[in-house]
Amino acid sequence: MSTPTDVESPFLPVAATPTDRRRLPRSSPRLSRDTVSLIGIGVFAVLMLLVAPAVLSDFRLNNLGKYACWAMVAVGIGLAWGRGGMLVLGQGVYFALGAYAMAMHLTLETAGPDAIPVFMILYDPLAPLPGFWEPFRSGAFTLLAVVGAPVLLAGTLGYAIFKRRVKGAYFAILSQALAVALAYLIGGTIKLTGGDTGLSDFKYFFGYDLSDPINKRMIYSITAGLLVLCLLVVWQLYRSRFGELLVATRDAEERVRFLGHDPANIKLVAYVTAAVMASIGGALFVPIAGIISPKEIGAAASIFLIAGAAFGGRATLFGPVLGALLLGYGRSSLSEQWENGWIYVLALMFILVTLLAPEGVASIPRRAAGLLGSLRRPTESRPPRNTAAKETKS
Amino acid sequence: MDSLIAPFLNGTADGALLLIAALGLALTFGQMGVINMAHGEFLLAGAVCAFWTQQVVASTDVSILVALPVAFVVAGLLGLVLEATILQWMYDRPLDTLLATVGVSLALQQIFLQNYPSGVPVEKPSLLDGQIDVLGYAWPLRQVFTIVLAVACLAALGALLKYSSFGRRIRATVQNRALAETLGVATRSVDRMTFFIGSGLAGIGGVAASLIGGTNSQMGTRYIILAFLVVVAGGLGQLRGTVIAAWTVGVVTAYLADWTTGSLAQVITFVLVVVFLQVRPNGLFTVRTRGLA
Repeated sequence: MSTPTDVESPFLPVAATPTDRRRLPRSSPRLSRDTVSLIGIGVFAVLMLLVAPAVLSDFRLNNLGKYACWAMVAVGIGLAWGRGGMLVLGQGVYFALGAYAMAMHLTLETAGPDAIPVFMILYDPLAPLPGFWEPFRSGAFTLLAVVGAPVLLAGTLGYAIFKRRVKGAYFAILSQALAVALAYLIGGTIKLTGGDTGLSDFKYFFGYDLSDPINKRMIYSITAGLLVLCLLVVWQLYRSRFGELLVATRDAEERVRFLGHDPANIKLVAYVTAAVMASIGGALFVPIAGIISPKEIGAAASIFLIAGAAFGGRATLFGPVLGALLLGYGRSSLSEQWENGWIYVLALMFILVTLLAPEGVASIPRRAAGLLGSLRRPTESRPPRNTAAKETKS
Repeated sequence: MDSLIAPFLNGTADGALLLIAALGLALTFGQMGVINMAHGEFLLAGAVCAFWTQQVVASTDVSILVALPVAFVVAGLLGLVLEATILQWMYDRPLDTLLATVGVSLALQQIFLQNYPSGVPVEKPSLLDGQIDVLGYAWPLRQVFTIVLAVACLAALGALLKYSSFGRRIRATVQNRALAETLGVATRSVDRMTFFIGSGLAGIGGVAASLIGGTNSQMGTRYIILAFLVVVAGGLGQLRGTVIAAWTVGVVTAYLADWTTGSLAQVITFVLVVVFLQVRPNGLFTVRTRGLA
C-alpha cells in the first residue's frame, strides 16, 4: 500500500498511524517543516544559479540546463502523480506543446521575416507557410502559446476525464495513448512539422545569437530560475489547504466527495499546473538541446520523464527535481561511455524502485527509521490498514 | 468496389492480430488487474520463436505450425518468471505493476535490439503465399491465416474459461478471492496459470505478426497501447467486448488509412477510442460489481 502520509490530513483520521504521531513531536521545535523546505529551495537556488555557472564548463552547463528542463516536468509530475495520484504517463504531450511552439518560433526567426523554413523549401520551394505557423512569427504570441496551449488542452481533457471519474490505470493508459498519438501525428506530417527528423538548426533565440556561449549561459539561467520558481509554486501549493485536499483526493476520493468537495476540480488544478510546467520545460529544452523531434515526446520519452519523479520520490518536494537531474546526468554520461547500458540501468531502476521503495529513494531513510523503531518496540501492534482508501484507488 | 472491400478485409486481419494481443491482456489485465506493459515484448518473443524454429525446421510450412506452441510456451514462461519475480508482490497496487513492467519492457526491447538490430527475418510459409478471390479483391492467405488463428485462440480461451474446471477456478478467484480460497481453490497457482496463458497468447500473436509485417524492437510498443485501449473499450471481465472492439479498431483504422495516411489513421483511431471512453468509461459491456469506484 503506497500511501505516503507526510502531510497531515484532517480528512483521514484512519491514516494517522502511530508512526505519524510519533514523528510529530520530533520535528524541530523552532523551524516548521515548511520553513526547512523553503531553506532547502534557497540552497538549491544558490547551487543552480550561482555555483553551477561558476564551476561548470559551457558544455556541462548546457547539459545541466537540459536536465533542468526535464526536472521542471518532473516537478509537475510530482504534483499530479505524487500528491494527486494521477499517473501522468503522457506528459510528453505537454512537453511537445511548449517545445514545438518554441521550435516553430525559432525556426521562423532563423529563416528571417517573410521567409519559410528551410525544411519546407526542401519539399516544395513555392508552398506558402501553413496557416498555423504564421502567428508563431511573433515572440509574444509564442510565449503566450507556451503557457496558454497546455492550459487549454489539459483543461479540456482533464475536465472531461475527471468529471467522468476516469482514474487509476485507465487514466494512465489514456494519457500514454495521447502521447503516442501525438508522436505519430507529428512523425506523419513531415511537410508541416518536420516529421520524425524534427526541427533543429536554430540560430537565434529572441534576437540572441545561439552560437554565442554567453547567450547559452543566459538561457541556462532562465531555465534554472524557472525551475526554482516551479519549486516555489509547488511548495506553496503543498502547504496550502489545496495541497491537503489534493492528498485527501489521492488517498480517499470518495470521502472527499462525501465531504462536499468536487475531486474533479481539485485534480484539474493539479493536472493543469503540471501541464504548464511540462510545457515551459519543453519550450526551454528547444534552444538548449537545439532539436526537438517526436522521439522526445513519445511513449518512451514520456516514461523517461516520469522516471525522475518515481526515482527521487514522487510525493516529496525535492524528490522529483533531484531524481530528474540525476537521471538526466546518468542518461548522458552513461550513454556516452556505455551506449546500451543506460537502458538496462533505467529498466532496473524502474523495477527495483517499484519493488523495494515505491515512494522513491527519498523514502528509504524514513522507512529504515520506521523499521528500526518497530524493532525496538516489538510488542507494538501494527496500525489497521486503510482499506477504504485501497478500494477507491484501484 | 475494390476500394471498399480491400480495407475491410485487411482491417479484419489487423483486427484479428490485435485481438490475439488483446486476449492475453483481457486475461492478465481484465481478470487479474495487472497492467503488464511487457506484454508487447512477449509478442516480440513470439516473433523470435518463429525465427528460431525456422532455423531448425527447414520447411517453412511445418516450422510455422511448430512455432505456434513453442512461442506459446516461451512467452508463457517469460510471463511466469515475471509473475514470480516481480508482479506477485504488487497485486494490490496496479499502478506499480505498470511501472515495474515498463522497466521489464525497456530491458527486453534493448536485448532484442542488440541481438537483432534489424529485426528477425521470418520467411513467409510457401503454403500461405497465395491469395483467394473475394469479390474481385485478391486477399492474401496470410491474412486469412491470422483470422483463423485469432478465432481459434478466442474459441479455445472462451471454452477454457467457460467449461473447464480450471476456467471455473479462474473465474472464482477473480470474483471473490477469499471465498475461492475457503472453498479449496489454490489461488496462487491459479494466478500463475492465468498469467502463463495470457502471456502465451502474446507469443502466438507474435508469430502471426511476424508473418504480416516486419519485426523490429518497436513492434511491441506499437501493439501494446492499442491493445490496452481495445481491452478497456471492450469492457473488462468478459471477452465479447474485446472481440468487437478489436475488430472495429482494425477495420476503422484500415478505412481511415485508405482515405488519409497510415500515421494519421492511427492518430484518429486513438482519438476515437479516447472519445468513446468518454462516453462509456466502462467500455462496451460492463460486468456489474458493487465496488465503490
